[in-house]
Amino acid sequence: MNQSLLASLSRIVGRQWVRHRRAELATYAMDGLPTHESTPGVVVMPSNPEQVREIVRLLHLVGVPFVARGAGTGLSGGALADSDAVLIGLTRMNRILEVDPVHRRAVVQPGVVNARLSDAVLPLGLYYVPDPSSQAACTVGGNVAENAGGPHCLKYGVTTNHIVALEVVLPDGSTARLGSDQGEPWGPDLVGLFVGSEGMFGIATQITVRLERIPESVRTMLADFSTVRAASEAVSAIIAAGIVPAALEMMDRACVAAVEASIYAAGYPTDAAAVLLVELDGQTDAVEAEAGVVLQILRGCGARDVRSASTPDDRARLWQGRKKAFGAMGRIAPDLAVQDAVVPRSVLPAIMDQIEGIRRHYDLTISNVFHAGDGNLHPNISFDRRDPAVAARVRAACRDIMAACVAVGGSITGEHGVGNDKLDYMPWIFDSETLAAMRAVRRAFDPAELANPGKVVPVHACREWTAVRSTRQ
Amino acid sequence: MSDVIFGRLRALLGTTGVERDSQGLPRAAPDSPDALSLVCRLAHEEGWKIRVEGRATWLPSDAPADLVVSTRGMEEVVSVSPADLVATVQAGAPLEVLRRRLADNGMWLALDPPGRPERSIGSVVATATAGPLRHGFGPVRDHVLGCSVATGDGRLVNAGGRVVKNVAGYDLTKLQVGGFGGFGIIAEVHLRLRALPRADVTLLARGARDALTSGARDVVAADLLPATLELLSPALAAEPDWVLATRFVGTETAVQADVRRLSSSADLSWQQLPADRTAAFWSTVARGTLGGPVTLRLGVLSDGLDEAIDLLAHDLDEGLVSAGAGQGMIRWTGDAPLERLRGLRRAAASREIPMTLERAPWVIRRALGHFGAYREGVGKIVGRLRGTFDPGQCLNVALEGADNG
Repeated sequence: MNQSLLASLSRIVGRQWVRHRRAELATYAMDGLPTHESTPGVVVMPSNPEQVREIVRLLHLVGVPFVARGAGTGLSGGALADSDAVLIGLTRMNRILEVDPVHRRAVVQPGVVNARLSDAVLPLGLYYVPDPSSQAACTVGGNVAENAGGPHCLKYGVTTNHIVALEVVLPDGSTARLGSDQGEPWGPDLVGLFVGSEGMFGIATQITVRLERIPESVRTMLADFSTVRAASEAVSAIIAAGIVPAALEMMDRACVAAVEASIYAAGYPTDAAAVLLVELDGQTDAVEAEAGVVLQILRGCGARDVRSASTPDDRARLWQGRKKAFGAMGRIAPDLAVQDAVVPRSVLPAIMDQIEGIRRHYDLTISNVFHAGDGNLHPNISFDRRDPAVAARVRAACRDIMAACVAVGGSITGEHGVGNDKLDYMPWIFDSETLAAMRAVRRAFDPAELANPGKVVPVHACREWTAVRSTRQ
Repeated sequence: MSDVIFGRLRALLGTTGVERDSQGLPRAAPDSPDALSLVCRLAHEEGWKIRVEGRATWLPSDAPADLVVSTRGMEEVVSVSPADLVATVQAGAPLEVLRRRLADNGMWLALDPPGRPERSIGSVVATATAGPLRHGFGPVRDHVLGCSVATGDGRLVNAGGRVVKNVAGYDLTKLQVGGFGGFGIIAEVHLRLRALPRADVTLLARGARDALTSGARDVVAADLLPATLELLSPALAAEPDWVLATRFVGTETAVQADVRRLSSSADLSWQQLPADRTAAFWSTVARGTLGGPVTLRLGVLSDGLDEAIDLLAHDLDEGLVSAGAGQGMIRWTGDAPLERLRGLRRAAASREIPMTLERAPWVIRRALGHFGAYREGVGKIVGRLRGTFDPGQCLNVALEGADNG
């Protein structure tokens, strides 16, 4: 990275917030996915929106690409930058600017940690719903970029359902205000378009989120099954009964074994083929009524045992294994490839059989912990990336799993994003015309394609669209 | 010219896919997304202006154009999956047909848009006109998993997918939901469904408006989650007083629990509608929105409801009002001249209230636009997006209106 650019960036944020030495940059060479690595040319860490604007304006002027990054917990290589790019770290912009308990809104900077937001509004009886497993570290800005989900998104929706307005620095350094506090846009739904755009439309510098009331009553049930099929049938039967649980999570035998062998042991039955966590919330009478129906369904579908908890401590115990499953898998091997795919709920049993077949074929350790209610799978492969042969088998297995999910009408990602990890799979689910439309939409926000280049849309697979000509500004 | 276009369209679609509308304009009604795409490409190549039309029950068919492109030839419910609670439906499918088909399979689309029962699903999606169920089940965008769209120059874009959770690629579907056809013509939608509720109960409270809005706040504060919490003006409810309509759907026991809780949560007198009158009541509310030539919606915060309705009454008239007492969205229908509507939009904007013109005669749409002035930085993006999806400016849709350049 040339010295004059470093000097200009230093003038904007101060020298101590510009990192360019090799050792410093190594911290930013990976995100949460151990299969991809790329070292940025420089890292710059602004502390306020004006600095972001100045940095982006400067980079636009000199034609240098940039990548915005929050906590770096992403799982698709989306926050990695090449050596010719500037990585803009947003973790210093971590202020909760405003909380409005009457309208259940909060205005936050992008670097606010997800769980910290819920902690801050807890005394008001409120919380922020999207709860990705990395919520203790990941940032709201990163959640916006990835349209992050989490276990409790089955009932309440993913990030896009909880963002009402954004202040955005566009890739030319100008500002755009999208959406409104009310949730009704002043025009087309550009908030909906921006959320999940993986940092390629600009940088959100101010985020207005919807908060929810902490439910009056919560009931968590843990059921164990002799077969994955029986557990999957229970999932479908609960939904078909008109009940939408707050969460409906499944763990397979391998996952349960990993949890129970770890310090996070939650007393899950290790001989079960699958464990199902069902959480109901709402007003007390309704929760109790629905819990009775769910219990009947679980037993009717062959649950061997059902444990139920309604106090916070008891519920936390039932959740512990699920919440810490990824940590528990860390014991198995040095690296964990957390995969993310979606299938129609009805094919869950069949796809689980296929994943098991792929595991055997490649002789790998795969643990499954996933959001069964919405068909969002997380096959997690434990491995050691220092062994190139194993790493190659992991890549091949990931590819086969994705192909299997796509073949049954699924998607290549439900909440982790495409990043650079899944670029090659995009043509499997989108035709060249649609990919080209995506690229053209990106150019509407970023004509010079400087923001997070090379991610999401495989440019080589796009049919050519006429260059954007703005005749209606 | 009209004869030439008519002939070209018939050569493309055959005689059954092309007719003349009541004003004598050639009307193409392609029967598939591919055919729709071909019509758009032809119009683009020839520089013809297109009036986008569904089943012509919502927006007036009055935009000046060389031809009408209607989705009424695409009315197939392509697939329904009770196990996955998703459906794929062509844009011209009438809502009532879709509802029956879903109900036969134990499923339900939790949308109750204003308008006639035969309104097309494409129209509902393109205009993002959610009804009272928005309170419990969210706006239209929350129900649409993906869509196929023919762009103004005839490209077919397949956005989103058929699974209920999906972040692959940019969410192009969001641009189409509420895009009023300005970014292409929706050909097909993938919908997120719910199990048909076992119980469906509606309760009404009647009285002065401020007493009802206060009662609605109590309902929200009591952590009740009704499917609707809708404030209806006397004219819309066909009642002497304002009405607050709550609806609970779900399992029998949960709904009973909610109803018991409701009676103690607000200082209002609730009357449960007999089951055989519930559907008729909500149908009357939906159809009532067509009781005037102009329908608009205001996005307000819930405690700004009274002030915003006062603003409507002052600048226009009390009219036919349906307001989400918990969510804050207000829909007004009535008759008002352009100048008054222009004044209302200005007054609303000064209070940071977005006003979307949902339906109106072309002369008003053209002047005001569906959206009006954009916020900082948005105009250039929307301009580029329109240039992307309709490079020849064939789709005659007044998103911004002449007032806003």
